[in-house]
This record gives sequence, structure tokens and C-alpha cells, in this order.
Amino acid sequence: MTTVDTAAQQSAKSLVPRKNQPNSASDSGKLIDVVNLSVKRGDTALVRDINLSVSRGEIVTLIGPNGSGKSTTIKAILGIVTPDTGTVTKLNNIRTGYVPQKLEINGTMPLSVHRFMRLTQNHSNDAINAALATTGAENLHKREISALSGGEFQRVLMARAIAAKPDLLVLDEPVQGVDFNAELEIYQLIARIRDELNCGVLLVSHDLHIVMAETDTVICLNGHVCCSGSPQVVTNSQAFQDLFGSRGSEALAVYRHHHDHSHGPDGEVIHDHA
Amino acid sequence: MLDDFYVRAMLAGVLVALLAAPFGCFVIWRRMAYFGDTMAHSALLGITIALLLEIHVGIGVFVIALSTALALVYLQRQSNLPNDTLLGILSHSTLALGLLAVGLMTGSNVDVMSYLFGDVLSVGRTDITIIAATTVAALCLLALIWKPLLAATVNEDLAIAEGARPHVTQLLYLLLLAAVIAVTVRIIGVLLITALLVIPAATARRFATSPESMAALAAVLGAVAVVSGLAASLRWDTAAGPSIVVATLAIFLISAALPVKR
Repeated sequence: MTTVDTAAQQSAKSLVPRKNQPNSASDSGKLIDVVNLSVKRGDTALVRDINLSVSRGEIVTLIGPNGSGKSTTIKAILGIVTPDTGTVTKLNNIRTGYVPQKLEINGTMPLSVHRFMRLTQNHSNDAINAALATTGAENLHKREISALSGGEFQRVLMARAIAAKPDLLVLDEPVQGVDFNAELEIYQLIARIRDELNCGVLLVSHDLHIVMAETDTVICLNGHVCCSGSPQVVTNSQAFQDLFGSRGSEALAVYRHHHDHSHGPDGEVIHDHA
Repeated sequence: MLDDFYVRAMLAGVLVALLAAPFGCFVIWRRMAYFGDTMAHSALLGITIALLLEIHVGIGVFVIALSTALALVYLQRQSNLPNDTLLGILSHSTLALGLLAVGLMTGSNVDVMSYLFGDVLSVGRTDITIIAATTVAALCLLALIWKPLLAATVNEDLAIAEGARPHVTQLLYLLLLAAVIAVTVRIIGVLLITALLVIPAATARRFATSPESMAALAAVLGAVAVVSGLAASLRWDTAAGPSIVVATLAIFLISAALPVKR
């Protein structure tokens, strides 16, 4: 309905092909192309005018404060939430692996890890074991899902997402509630999966300390796209500093081993330009 | 053999127990015990409407239970009130409406107690045929949607992201659950249906290692409860419906004391 209208309006408006034309995904090798996406709940816009794309081999990280619409954006891309306006164009027949945020499995259902892995798809035993081995969860396959620890379950979810060898991997806060060492491990794992499968990765993080070094594009979200670009570009952009303050830019910068500030005697951040 | 009312009661009870078991598992997994209870309570209204319109009681129950379920799903999406509040409102208001309607039907020889607590000993040959046909049909349809329903039950978002369309599956499940309630109401009554759905499944949980084994074990335990409950009812001249439910409780308590090897 509205989706079609928007697409029609756009093609009517622009006689010259535009970069963000809805059908550009198949032309440019983009796995997904999101154009002017808006999602409302009642009269409140959860996100508005989101434009983003993920190409093969690219890692895109969505960052933003709580309630900025990161999960909503991802859910609209996956078809879980219906967009009010805008389009999500996927390359034909791409397989998507999804690791949702805060998935709770209630203990009332007896469900082994092995069974969980093939809940919607009939993976072979080899594919299941290979996927579990990739995420370091090979010894968990007989365990019951509800008995796993948070970190173990996260590995199983990752294994489940990659078992189908997806073209696009969508991860909603994959390191939530995981300690720092495991966090680095998971980020290394994501980079390795990207290299092995040559898939696109769309990653959500609310913690600016852990924008992974391999990120190609950072999209900074606060209801709309505040700024986007390479981690370097985003860190130095005014919109990013306004949104997160100096602490935010410190975090991204530290991870990139790039110092655009120094510390006062009490640890206070002093910007070089200040 | 079917001439004996007691044999007919046993047969009907066992069929209903087999039917209720897998649906009861989903009631537990989807955390909808009170949802099922609300559907069951609305059944009394369905019974009275069926008696007024002179149609089969089962059809009245099916239509009203399904309508209640759909109203609940709609309200859950639209309303700001929490789920348990909505269930509390609908559950007891439909029951009260049903009781009022029964009370108004003076002259017609309606025995409210038999609808509230079941009347398995009056089951006739036609009833057996209807129960058997419903059991076979509902179990076959459940088997068809088993896999997508299971995936949607574990996590709806994940199922959608992986290409499933869970809303249709879940709607079909509610439709089948309304059919289960429609045939079970005769056996065990409006107030006790949830017990037959939930208790055998809850008992099976500790011993099951897969969703399917939980459903199968629940079916066996439910059938054992029906047979022993009816036997006790005959021996001590107690009400059949409550006797069956007490038997499920006894099995639950005994099993809770048994060790589980893991």
C-alpha cells in the first residue's frame, strides 16, 4: 500500500536514475537497500527516513542510544515489522541469518541445541556440527537450550544463524551481557565468518566501546540517520559528537587507536581543539 | 460392547485425553493456560446459544470459543491493558453471561452442573463418533502445522526472519483449540477443561527430551488419568469430571517424587 505509493512517487519524481532507486539493489550488488524507511507506532514515529545498504563482504554497524530505533530498523528489514513508508529491497533469493536481541527460551519446552538448530530448516548433521564448531559450541549440541548460560546460548544462536551459510548476517547486539574477553572473541568470530562466507553483516550495538575494528560503515541512529560513514568519519562528525558527547567520540577513537584528545589529571577528557 | 454406558465413557474420555495432550503442550509452551481457560469459560455461553437456536451444542461451543480467542488476540494487539487483565475481564464476564443465559432458560430442562463439570457417563454412540472424528481430524491438522507452529512458539521473530508466516499457523492452532474445547466440554465440563489440557503436559515435561516425546507422554498420562478417574468415580460414586482431574493431579504429584536421570 504505502510502500508501493512511495516507490511509485519516487520513480515518477526522478527521471534521471538516482543512486537510491528502489530497484538499485540488484543492479549494484547490494544485498539489501533500504530507502526512506519509516516505522510508526500509533502517531509516534519510531524511525523515519532511514537510508542504508549492505553489500557483500561489508560490515555495517548501527549505533545509537537506547530507543533510537536500532532494533526497529532491523526488524523492518527482516520483515518482522511492517514499514509505514519506504522500501526494503533485497537481492533475489538471498539467505538471511538472524541473531535477535534478548531471545528468551522458556524452560517449559524440552529442546536440545541440535533440535533448535534445525527448527525451521533441515540442516544436515555435518552442517550443524560445522556451524557449532565455528562458534566454539561443538560440545553443546546435546544440551538442553534452557540450561545454557548466556554466553553459551549466544554462541548457539550465532551457529544457528550461520548454519544456512547466509548471504546476509543480521546481529542485534550479539555481545550483550558477555564479558570483555568473550566480546573481543565474538567480534573476531564475526570478522572471520564474513571472510569465510563473504557475506554482508549488519550489526547493532548500543555500546560505543565495541564498534568493531573491522566495521566498514558506521550508521549513527537517533530516530533518523544522524551521520554515517567510516568509523573515522563518524567519530569526527559534529552530529556524532552532539549525540554522544565527548565520551562517545573517545570510545570510538580509543578502539581505532587514534587520539584526538588528551586526559586531564582527573581523567577528564580534554579535546585537542578545545 | 458400546451398549455399556461405562465403556462409552471410557472410550470418549481416552479419546479426549489423547486429543488434549499435544494441544495442552502448546498451551504450556506458549504460556496460554489462562487463554485456554478463558476460551473454555466462554463455552457455557456457546452451549446456551446452541440450545436456544436448537443446533448441536458442540457447534455453539466451537463458534463462541473461537470468537473469544480472536477477540482476545485483537485486544492484546490493540489495548494498553496487560494480558492477564484482559483475560480476567473476558474469562469471567463470558462465564457470568453464560450462567445468566442458562438461568433465563427456565422451562427447558437444562442441568447447569453437567455443563460446568462434564457429563461423561451420558455419552451416546453419536457422541463417540463425533469425538473420534474430531480427534483424528484435529490431530492430523496439528501434525501438518507442527513444525512451523513449534518454530513460532520458540520465537516468533526468528521464525518470521527465516521466512515463516506464523500468523496463519497460530490462527489455525486457535481454531483447532476451539474444536478441542468443543468436544472436551461434554466430558469434563467448562470449569475443568484447562486441567486436562495442562496437568498431563506439565507432568510429562520433567521426563521428556523433545517436544514430541512430551506430547506423547502427556497423551499416555492423560489416558491413564481418565481410566483411573472413571474407575474411582464408579467405585466411590463420585462425580466423573472432578474424579478425572483429581487423578491427573495424583499422577502429577507421584511423578514429582520420581527421580529424573539426565
